[in-house]
Amino acid sequence: MSELTGAKILGFGGYQPDKVVTNDDLAKIVETNDEWIRSRVGIQSRRIAGDDETVADMAEAAGAKALAASGLEPSEVDLVIVATCSTEVPLPNAAATVAHRLGIEAPGAFDLNAACAGFCYALGSAADSVRAGSAQNVLVIGAEKMSAWVDWTDRSTCIIFADGAGAAVVGRTEPGEPAGVGPVVWGSAGDLAQKITIKGGRNGALTQDGQAVFRWATTAMAPVALEACRRAGVTPADISAFVPHQANLRIIEAIAKRLGIPRDRVADDIISAGNTSSASIPLALSRMAEQGRLQPGTPALLIGFGAGLSYASQVITVP
Amino acid sequence: MTDQEILSGLAEIIEEIAGTPADEVTPEANFVDDLDIDSLSMVEIAVAAQDKFGVEIPDEQLKDLKTVQDVVNFVSKNS
Repeated sequence: MSELTGAKILGFGGYQPDKVVTNDDLAKIVETNDEWIRSRVGIQSRRIAGDDETVADMAEAAGAKALAASGLEPSEVDLVIVATCSTEVPLPNAAATVAHRLGIEAPGAFDLNAACAGFCYALGSAADSVRAGSAQNVLVIGAEKMSAWVDWTDRSTCIIFADGAGAAVVGRTEPGEPAGVGPVVWGSAGDLAQKITIKGGRNGALTQDGQAVFRWATTAMAPVALEACRRAGVTPADISAFVPHQANLRIIEAIAKRLGIPRDRVADDIISAGNTSSASIPLALSRMAEQGRLQPGTPALLIGFGAGLSYASQVITVP
Repeated sequence: MTDQEILSGLAEIIEEIAGTPADEVTPEANFVDDLDIDSLSMVEIAVAAQDKFGVEIPDEQLKDLKTVQDVVNFVSKNS
C-alpha cells in the first residue's frame, strides 16, 4: 500500500448470540423452505439475540475480544465508535456505555448510522482520526439487533437479517511503516432512499425493494471497490481477502466476479451468520482470522453498502 | 439487430447466468415455469442485456417480461 501515513488495524473481535435459527426453524413460522432460502440468499442458519440482549451487550462482547487481540490496555483507547442502526432507543448512545463497561476511561464516544455500510464508515472515520492526531487508538464496533426490526411474518426479510457484532482496533503505524488502512471511498444515493426503509415508524419493520437493491449492489459497488483499490495503490489481483457486506451470497458473488477476485478469497460468512448489517464485515473478518484464512501483512478489500442508500470501501492490511 | 440475433445473444446470457443450455432458450419459454429463473436472476439478465444490447430494462418493465420472446420484443422495440 502506498505511503499515506498513519493508521493500521491492530486486531479483530466478533460476537454472535447463542441462539441458532435454521432455515427449517423459519419454515415453521413463515411459508418458506431451506432450498428456497439457500438458493435466493445463500443463508443456512443465523444467530438471533435473546430478548434481553441489547446492541450494547453484543458490542461490548465483540469490543472486548478486539481489545484482547490488539494487545492494548483499555486505558490506551481514546475514541470508541459504534456503527449501528438497530439500537433499542436513540439515546443514550451505545458507544459511551460500551466504553464504560470495557474500562475505557472518558473516551470520545459516538454511534454512527450508515446502516449496512456503517462499519466501513466508522473505520474510515477512525483511521482519519488517528491520522489527524485526534485519537491515538480507536475501538470501532459494528453491532446490530436486526431481529428487533424485522416483521417475523414477512418471509422476504425475516429469512435474511440476523444479530451479532464485530470490532476492530485501529492504532498508529510505526515511523516508516506503510499505512494499514487505505483511503475510504464513500458515497450515497439518496434518490434510492425509499428502497430500504423502516415502515411504520417506531414499532415498524424493515422493508426493502429486493430487485432494486440487488441491481444497485451488483452493478454500482464493483466500481467503488475498484476505486478503493486504486487509492490504496493495489489491484484486485493483489487482494488476499475480499470481505464485502454479507448482504446476500448472490450479491457477494456477483461483485467478486466483476472484480475478478477468485471465490476462495471471498468472505461467505453469511452462510452461517445471516445479514447482520454493520456487524457483518468485522464479524466475517474476526472469524476468518480465527480460522487462519487471513494472511497477515497482505491487503484485504472491504466494502459496505445498504440503506441510505450508502456505501463505503477501503483496503486494509491484515494485522 | 434481427430478432434471431437478439435471441441468440439472450441465450448466451441466460446460459452464463442461470446455466440453462442455450438450446433450451426458445422464444416461447417462460422464465419462471420453463427455465426456473428467479427474480434476482432476471435482474442479472437485464443488466447483462443492457451491456450487450445497449437497452435498459427497468425493474418496472422486468416484471411484465414473462417469456424469452417478451424480452426479444422489448429489446427490438427499444434498440
